[in-house]
Amino acid sequence: MKIVVLIKQVPDTTDVKIDPETNTLIREGVDSVINPFDMYAIEEAIRIKEHLGEGEIVVISMGPPQAEVALREAISMGCDEGILVSDRKFAGSDTWATSYTLSRAIKKIGDFKIILCGKQASDGDTAQVGPGVSVHLNIPQVTYVKKIEKLDKDKATVERMTEEGYDIVETPIPVLLTVVKEINEPRLPSLKGKMRAKKAEIPVWTAEDLACEEDKVGLDGSPTRVVKIFTPPPREGGRLLEGEPDEISKELAGLLKDTIIG
Amino acid sequence: MADSDAIRVLNDKCVGCMLCVKACPFGAIEMKSRKAVIDLTKCTLCGACVPECKFDAIIIQKKEEPKDDFSSYKDVWVFAEQKKGKVQSVAFELLGKGRELADQLKSDLCAVLLGENTDESSKELIARGADKVYVVDSPKLKEYQDDPYTKVLTELVSKYKPEIVLCGATVIGRSLISRVAVALRAGLTADCTGLDIDPKDKLLLQTRPAFGGNIMATIIAPNHRPQMATVRHKVMIEAEPDPKRKGEVIKEEFPDDAFTSRTKLIDIVEEIEETVNLTEADIIVSGGRGVGAPENFDIIKDLALSLNGALGASRAAVDADWIPYSHQVGQTGKTVCPKVYIACGISGQIQHLIGMQSSDVIVAINKDPEAPIFKVSTYGIIGDLFKVVPLLTQEFQKILK
Repeated sequence: MKIVVLIKQVPDTTDVKIDPETNTLIREGVDSVINPFDMYAIEEAIRIKEHLGEGEIVVISMGPPQAEVALREAISMGCDEGILVSDRKFAGSDTWATSYTLSRAIKKIGDFKIILCGKQASDGDTAQVGPGVSVHLNIPQVTYVKKIEKLDKDKATVERMTEEGYDIVETPIPVLLTVVKEINEPRLPSLKGKMRAKKAEIPVWTAEDLACEEDKVGLDGSPTRVVKIFTPPPREGGRLLEGEPDEISKELAGLLKDTIIG
Repeated sequence: MADSDAIRVLNDKCVGCMLCVKACPFGAIEMKSRKAVIDLTKCTLCGACVPECKFDAIIIQKKEEPKDDFSSYKDVWVFAEQKKGKVQSVAFELLGKGRELADQLKSDLCAVLLGENTDESSKELIARGADKVYVVDSPKLKEYQDDPYTKVLTELVSKYKPEIVLCGATVIGRSLISRVAVALRAGLTADCTGLDIDPKDKLLLQTRPAFGGNIMATIIAPNHRPQMATVRHKVMIEAEPDPKRKGEVIKEEFPDDAFTSRTKLIDIVEEIEETVNLTEADIIVSGGRGVGAPENFDIIKDLALSLNGALGASRAAVDADWIPYSHQVGQTGKTVCPKVYIACGISGQIQHLIGMQSSDVIVAINKDPEAPIFKVSTYGIIGDLFKVVPLLTQEFQKILK
């Protein structure tokens, strides 16, 4: 049983600061990490494998050459194999082209049963690539999964988080699942895992390897394009309310009265 | 290599001003001999540098696609999400925005409604501004399921060819519309905060936060139709109902096999919450590390209840197990934009700010005068939340009585 995990390397925002003058993120010296949501996908894949007592976890990342680091980290946590989907021809891919390209890589692996992704990437925030991949592969999807209740050979029962609670959904396998933070707590890499990750060979698959149709990849294959980038003006500087707590509370209640009632 | 790549720096135009270096979200531009040099292993062709250059020295060459004839595409569509037969308010917000766009394009505003017993909802959509409502009414569409909804919506769009399709960035909306866009080979922009029509070429200008939130990008899809976008709840202003408005309801029939679903919805579980849904809330009161202990959340909850608001939390409070994850606001939690956001004992790490900084009014209560939350707060209170919060609860109870 092959489990595929799709991961993305993103800037680590845990210590990003905002430049007070330009109001932009200061990116100098910012490390890259695995998209935090993808960590739950990796962990869930490992748990599925442990639960079944068999299986092989293949992690795929599409990105520049340095995304290899993310794949090694996934292997150190317990994934079996990493594949880097990387080609200058993929640069400029929007979510349509990205989901197409990733689906080509998954088809090349073949024989997959479960595809796991984080619910969205922390830098793009679109939540579009997972569902897109499921359409390209013509398999069912369940998004925002917070629990896998039951997993059999050919079907699974999962809980999908909703705004009001959750749905219980039964799905045939193969299936693509996008997962949320509630599903598990990702483990730390083991020493043995780190050793294995260091030695692991990470194949690089290009557009040619994946037999991608040229007009479906990269900038040219992407329906959307950016025409303007701008920095919004910084938020209006705040006003500090000073005085005794009871005075401040009265003042604030007065200031907010119209907004709250209106 | 650089010459054959899609991005190029024109050395005769580059003056070495470094604006592009600052603009690049990926740190892919360096200065060498006072000329910009692009590191192609880092460049993602995102395009952020191109408009930033005042000297037109950076160009991104895109292969010119043959322009299809889009003249048969018209009208603005809004996907009217319903749950338990009730149209969700995000759809009324989209109708508010959709009306403006349709007027600019001199086309019709249409709602598309999938569900069961849809008559009342159709009337409501017309009252909220829809000129036409496309309805598919079947017991099999009562609850959202990925497969039948994708199939039906994709076929309706293919048949009627709307120019624009808008959808709420909800759990259902995001799951559905991503699939429809891929099936239609259409461009889709997530979480737009601004939508407008380019007066010149009539394209939909889709503006959204990019690269982690502090940069805005305007995105177009010039060579594909429809142009599709999702918008978060509370970002656009809801269309007011006018019961006198007239509109047309168009009922579409589908063969039963269109409603086949590979997945099976077994149960819908609603978790009883004392306070309202975070993303729906007009007022949110959140607690962070400063709250100190799970039982202390009671005073935060009391304030939220006194305001009929929702209870939020920072990641620190969730990670400490003081409050469930469903309350988490921020990058790995929910993104919210209420009218009033009250942050109690939250320092304001960037991940939290990303999730709440578009709130209309932000109130921060924190002991530490240096806390970054004060930089984004409309009203700041430097003080002890255990003193201030209960007093605030009292004051609001008085006002709302």
